[in-house]
Amino acid sequence: MQPVGCMFEPVNGDGEDEADALFHALADRTRRDILRRVLAGEQSVSALAAKYEMSFAAVQKHVAVLEKAGLLTKRRSGREQLASGDVEAVRSVASMLLELEQVWRGRIARIDELIATDSAVEG
Amino acid sequence: MPVTDVRKNLDDRTLTIVADFAAPVQRVWEIYADPRQLEKVWGPPEYPATFVEHDLTPGGRVTYFMTGPEGEKFAGYWEIVAVDEPTRLSFLDGFADEKFNPNTDLPVSRNDYTFVEHDGGTRATYVSTYESADALQQVLDMGVVEGASSAIGQIDELLAS
Repeated sequence: MQPVGCMFEPVNGDGEDEADALFHALADRTRRDILRRVLAGEQSVSALAAKYEMSFAAVQKHVAVLEKAGLLTKRRSGREQLASGDVEAVRSVASMLLELEQVWRGRIARIDELIATDSAVEG
Repeated sequence: MPVTDVRKNLDDRTLTIVADFAAPVQRVWEIYADPRQLEKVWGPPEYPATFVEHDLTPGGRVTYFMTGPEGEKFAGYWEIVAVDEPTRLSFLDGFADEKFNPNTDLPVSRNDYTFVEHDGGTRATYVSTYESADALQQVLDMGVVEGASSAIGQIDELLAS
């Protein structure tokens, strides 16, 4: 899935912000990877950070984006920050529409390829 | 990138996708009018589609099945609502059994496609509407997804395990 710039139909107030945050959060490969890990079970942010070739601060930022989108929740345990995925949020209508969008993007890409084959044959 | 706009309305569960193709309207229409071309674009590579009936007239039926990586088949049908060649196609898209009898337990989506000339090419607008959130979930659970390659699909697998 490529990062995409989505435009939204005006929905009421908070709904729009929520959807915006959700799509933004899921548009990044690292964040989707973090989400998969925390859906499998609670993880400390430092353990997560060790999995990626980026700074702790960068991973922490990704975690914050997922948290803002409501896909992940954080709690403190001593000096550790523990993150876990919110299963309900992942299965929200917004995430379902995002999945459907991927189906459509696939179809459109294939139509584009098919049309491009015509010109290649004619040219 | 041919996709120029994506709009999602969470309240009425509508997905609108706008795409610009570098071909005349008639050429884009031909993809829908020719089942052999349609099957090249309808299913993802992991779930290729085979169209069986293809009657693109109001009240007519189009039937197809998609074959999954394990040989599993997902059958579907379109019930054509309106046709205005080459600019508009409206149909209901539902699931069917292996003999293409509509499965009335599963949701039906309403689809409205329009094709208009734009900057020497074609602007296609695809609108899909689902009657409820449950309907949308069921549709995705039926495997009509972009295969296991989609990130969300992988999340689903995790949730199911």
